[in-house]
Amino acid sequence: MLLLTCPHCGVSAEETEFHPGGEAHLKRFGPGASDDAFAGYMFERANPRGVHFERWRHVFGCGKWFHLARCTASLEVFGAYPADVTAPPEEILAKIRARRPGWEPAPAAKPAAKPEGDA
Amino acid sequence: MARYSVFALARNALSHHQDWQRAWASPEPKAEYDVIVIGGGGHGLATAYYLAKNHGVRKVAVLEKGWLGGGNTGRNTTIIRSNYLRDPSAKIYELARGLYETLSQEFNFNIMFSPRGVLMLAQTEHEKRAYERTAHANRAQGIETEMVDPARCAEIVPILNIDGPRYPVLGGLWQARAGTARHDAVAWGYARGASEMGVDIIQNCEVTGIDRDADGVTGVRTTRGAIRTKKLCIVVAGHSGVLAEMAGFRLPVESVALQALVSEPIKPVIDCVVMANTVHGYLSQSDKGELVIGGGADGFNNYTQRGSFQHVEETVRALVETFPVISRLRMLRQWGGIVDMTGDRSPIIGPTPVPGIWINCGWGTGGFKAIPGSGWATASMLANGADPIAGPFGMERFREGRMIDESVAAAVAH
Ligand SMILES: Cc1cc2nc3c(=O)[nH]c(=O)nc-3n(C[C@H](O)[C@H](O)[C@H](O)COP(=O)(O)OP(=O)(O)OC[C@H]3O[C@@H](n4cnc5c(N)ncnc54)[C@H](O)[C@@H]3O)c2cc1C
Ligand SMILES: [Zn+2]
Repeated sequence: MLLLTCPHCGVSAEETEFHPGGEAHLKRFGPGASDDAFAGYMFERANPRGVHFERWRHVFGCGKWFHLARCTASLEVFGAYPADVTAPPEEILAKIRARRPGWEPAPAAKPAAKPEGDA
Repeated sequence: MARYSVFALARNALSHHQDWQRAWASPEPKAEYDVIVIGGGGHGLATAYYLAKNHGVRKVAVLEKGWLGGGNTGRNTTIIRSNYLRDPSAKIYELARGLYETLSQEFNFNIMFSPRGVLMLAQTEHEKRAYERTAHANRAQGIETEMVDPARCAEIVPILNIDGPRYPVLGGLWQARAGTARHDAVAWGYARGASEMGVDIIQNCEVTGIDRDADGVTGVRTTRGAIRTKKLCIVVAGHSGVLAEMAGFRLPVESVALQALVSEPIKPVIDCVVMANTVHGYLSQSDKGELVIGGGADGFNNYTQRGSFQHVEETVRALVETFPVISRLRMLRQWGGIVDMTGDRSPIIGPTPVPGIWINCGWGTGGFKAIPGSGWATASMLANGADPIAGPFGMERFREGRMIDESVAAAVAH
């Protein structure tokens, strides 16, 4: 049972009060992007054994979405951060590095063709 | 390898069972193989077995990081059925179910296949319609299933409460030839058979890296040294993402925990398998008398083979309404496995972006039943470059919008 703290309302509660929403920071490429870029966004997932950035929603609380950095191998939670960012903030990365010396975030998945715009 | 028989049993009794041979050989890894299969679960072992048996490809190694069947193959609730909805699924699951019927004889090793029947309960109007549709589809596919009414459900399973307050039983999808088998024995039987034909089964051998050059795969690095090959098949279920990362590509797969539990042993109360998918619980009774209970999967990415309290509670609470007689049973053990989920709840069998690397994964919560058919088709694909049964399951189906949607028939809560 995970114990999570919602970064919006500050409530700490058991996992059952929240709902997981899958891998975070997936980038959706807009019109003109290649099929590869779109398939990557739609279907392909990092699914790492270790540090994972993911989306959660405080469904039975304030209802808001947020981000979480968590280890899928130990279930350790490194920290939660707001939903409106496209990459984990420096302070979360610092927390992870402190617990996992040598760990570095994987480079963002690159689309196969140059995207024309973002949407 | 010596055959098992009643005479062997008698002979070995005279020597106090001290002289039984090992069931399969345990060789050192060679420098090179024609085909390397990563993963000694049912699917990897069956692939190696049929490569040798059906295609004469014998320079094959199965590399397993732990022990055979230590992954999901030895952690599942052993339900075998083929009443899926889509035609590609019908082909592979029915091939598997049919092969299960004679595996014990083929292996000279008892896998305890027990075609005791599987009843899938319809407990909402929507579910009933979905199963009616499946029954029609199965008829067209030549798979024997039938839709039965609540009274017949109660006849098949006397301990069933058909008029529960929340989820009354409105009918059921019954497959009489479905059933269970002993999970470890399936892995061991394939290992024994493959080993007899010259396949190297190598345990305690974790693949830690994949080597490739411009033309494709050249070999693997393992905890027991580097091994060369030009043909690699990844069959590691929940660890597919880890191996894909080593090879340098991503998969449309996510790993989550699925758990099961068993009760204390009791006298026989149920002689088939019942699945109650609306309430996320399913039930059968083992030969030892324990009730074997499976529930829903966790929703978040997870590599800890544990499971969670709230799912145990959810599953048991739901089952108690449908099977009131079990309300005072104590639960003995609980465990989890890491299942590899795809978006359409169908497996992936096919080539990968790296030439020479093939993959068989994505069986998620329901791949035990498919082991023989999957191994059969994967071996043929590896030997011939393509296979008609495996074909539709290539991962390009996602980008092509050719999903094989089994989210209803896959049956376990997701
Ligand atoms: C609780 C539970 C209940 C289930 N119930 C059912 C059911 O009733 N019916 C049904 O049909 N299915 C069921 N399933 C699903 C079924 O168990 C799986 O789909 C099936 O066993 C997958 O087999 P596999 O051979 O692909 O994987 P596994 O049996 O998991 O084998 C993969 C192997 O790869 C090895 N491996 C991983 N990484 C490496 C590496 N780097 N190097 C070397 N080896 C490695 C692992 O150690 C493992 O032994 C259930 C699963 C669970 C967890
Ligand atoms: Zn909140």
